[in-house]
Amino acid sequence: MTFEEIEKKALLEWRVLEQVEKPCLLVGAATCGRSAGALAVIDAINKTLKEFNIEAKVIQVGCIGLCYAEPMVDIIKPGRPRISYGNLTPEIVSQLIEDYLIKDNTRPDLALGYIGDGRVDGIPALFDLPVLKPQVRIVLRNCGFIDPENINHYVANDGYKGLVRALKMEPEAIIQEIKKSGLRGRGGAGFPTWLKWDICRRELSPEKYIICNADEGDPGAFMNRSLLEGDPHSVLEGMVIGAYAIGANQGYIYCRAEYPLALERLNIALPQMEEYGFVGDNILGSGFNFHIKIKEGAGAFVCGEETALMASIEGKRGMPRARPPFPAQSGLWGKPTNINNVETWANVAVILEKGGEWYAQYGTETSKGSKTFALVGKVERTGLIEVPLGIKLGEVIYEVAGGILKGKQFKAVQTGGPSGGCLPVNLLDLPVDYESLTDAGSIMGSGGMIVMDEDTCVVDIAEYFLSFTQAESCGKCVPCRVGTKQMLNILERISKGEGKLEDIEQLERLANTVKSGSLCGLGQTAPNPVLTTIRYFRSEYEEHINKKRCPALVCRKLISFYILPDKCAGCMICLRNCPVEAIRGGKRLIHVIDQDKCIECGTCLDVCPKRFSAVVKVSGVKIEVPREPILVKGS
Amino acid sequence: MPHELAEIFKSYQAEKGAVIPLLQKVQENLGYLSKEAISEIAKFSGISESEVFGVASFYAQFRFTPRGEHSLKVCLGTACHVRGGSNILETVERELGVQPGGTTSDYKFSLERVACFGCCALAPVMVVDKDVHGRMTTTKVKDILGKY
Repeated sequence: MTFEEIEKKALLEWRVLEQVEKPCLLVGAATCGRSAGALAVIDAINKTLKEFNIEAKVIQVGCIGLCYAEPMVDIIKPGRPRISYGNLTPEIVSQLIEDYLIKDNTRPDLALGYIGDGRVDGIPALFDLPVLKPQVRIVLRNCGFIDPENINHYVANDGYKGLVRALKMEPEAIIQEIKKSGLRGRGGAGFPTWLKWDICRRELSPEKYIICNADEGDPGAFMNRSLLEGDPHSVLEGMVIGAYAIGANQGYIYCRAEYPLALERLNIALPQMEEYGFVGDNILGSGFNFHIKIKEGAGAFVCGEETALMASIEGKRGMPRARPPFPAQSGLWGKPTNINNVETWANVAVILEKGGEWYAQYGTETSKGSKTFALVGKVERTGLIEVPLGIKLGEVIYEVAGGILKGKQFKAVQTGGPSGGCLPVNLLDLPVDYESLTDAGSIMGSGGMIVMDEDTCVVDIAEYFLSFTQAESCGKCVPCRVGTKQMLNILERISKGEGKLEDIEQLERLANTVKSGSLCGLGQTAPNPVLTTIRYFRSEYEEHINKKRCPALVCRKLISFYILPDKCAGCMICLRNCPVEAIRGGKRLIHVIDQDKCIECGTCLDVCPKRFSAVVKVSGVKIEVPREPILVKGS
Repeated sequence: MPHELAEIFKSYQAEKGAVIPLLQKVQENLGYLSKEAISEIAKFSGISESEVFGVASFYAQFRFTPRGEHSLKVCLGTACHVRGGSNILETVERELGVQPGGTTSDYKFSLERVACFGCCALAPVMVVDKDVHGRMTTTKVKDILGKY
């Protein structure tokens, strides 16, 4: 089949979906949707359709990124624009089908918005919602809209057009196009993509490799997972284009095993590409051969580092090695290798299709285009977003994410995962670009963005990240292996209230040694969470050390729980729920917590009925309460 | 050599650097990596047993003891941590009476802590086999465990 024939076939299939004669229901069923209950929603849909004898198509799509509204279902009804519904349960979706498909009630109360031409009374346009309006969706263009297991859907939405164009170009011209776009590595380091390609292209070797790094290991980040689950072909198309520009005939995708659905979707996508001649021998009649193999990671964070990743593909322990030689000169099996992140590859296909200049219209002078972020933590609207680079941090947190959960105070935003830093409130005007974030002591990283409120303790967060990097250090370099452990010991001491004032300086000294003495990015950036929290929240460290007090009431050794005698009604709920039987009391008796037995788990605070609110959490103070249970006042 | 190992090895003939996929496939079939399995993989790959064990013990995925019927993983990624993941883990530990890495004495559950599942928006998260349980609370733990 020629590409024109493939396109015709794909468009035909897509249009049937768009201009439906029977209704079509699209369910967001990526990992996040499934964990929110999407599969139960699908069961309910099928059951209800059968019950009412409605003929309709049900399709599983990827994630549009509005995780806070999962599970989501889009309904296309003939003659109406597509309407997105959110926060569904099996019961609600059954009712919705009855109301909309039978009684023609669009249920604006359940709708998030409509997509496409036309209008629906009482329902806003989805892309006008505050969460979507500031976004620029380039990489995520298809996520949540197409069936990721159907290559025709991708082709019908301009898929593989970039490849067709690239195959008619000289490899140098492709690299020039990427140069014009200003695309930089989306894995976090931000190295210019065109330059990386060009160095590898110039190497004279009959054997070259390209790799897609899908070993997304930062805790709190899921951009790549969502993309691979929602639109695998966009990544694969980019890889074929890159391979052609560089002159590689073999490619690898190294995807972490913790992403079974992403792996499944890739395994479905590859044979479809082969069938259409987009990968394999003599791609689209151009004479260019390229094959892709999928490699499953085995659970080592350090394998996200390029040299460690290559060692892992070779079947060795995933330990980084010194550079030079750079992978572009001597990489996988000692051959020139080009390695890019999932998101970088996904950008390539669009750039080739629409041109480098088009792409460069977004972003700032030095950071072009858009970037996806996994926006999580204490915000109203968690999810996967894609924003133009240069957008202000505050805009992301207050407009896209809708501000802090439960109206609490913003404290810090953490970018770049365990390699990044915590930025405080006075940096909310900071533009999100590679240079600004680095200057502030953090990094762009692969796109984790974790928002913390007043109830988050920075010492605890620093300790959390360091315990992660310390455990994941491969052990090759002494400063990383021993230094992170020493830093962790000090942080643990501080969070227990056993810190000394000189600990802060000691931490900074160790941090600088680990940074400068480690071979790979893991060690070089591991101290960032500690350094930034000291830089921006030094007084909180001092309070832990001097006053033995955790101002955010998080560090367990520094907090206590008390039951206020004038509020306790003696209902026994906390007593029954306490996991360590530390609460004494009885019916109509004021309950007392045995401070020696208490493990500070907070269960009593969670379960105490709101109308009593008798349990308090404090740090650095002692509250006078009865020693033994006594009768509740007035009883 | 056990028959099932021979079957697995067949599909990796002449593949460069196949040690990790081999280990994965064997673990998938046997549930864990026994001493014998490691020794057979070493023979097949033409490298020493210590080298194979060195690779296997480097990666968090591989286990060297039999596992329980259900795998229970509690996520302690950043988002889960900020939203109370460690409380969930502690509750599970108490309910099952095992630490992460351990298996209950009736071989019903194996408990693990993981660094991130990538469904951070639903934090805190706990995964039993392939079922993801999002927006967990300590009080939900018992109910969920009871379902298995």
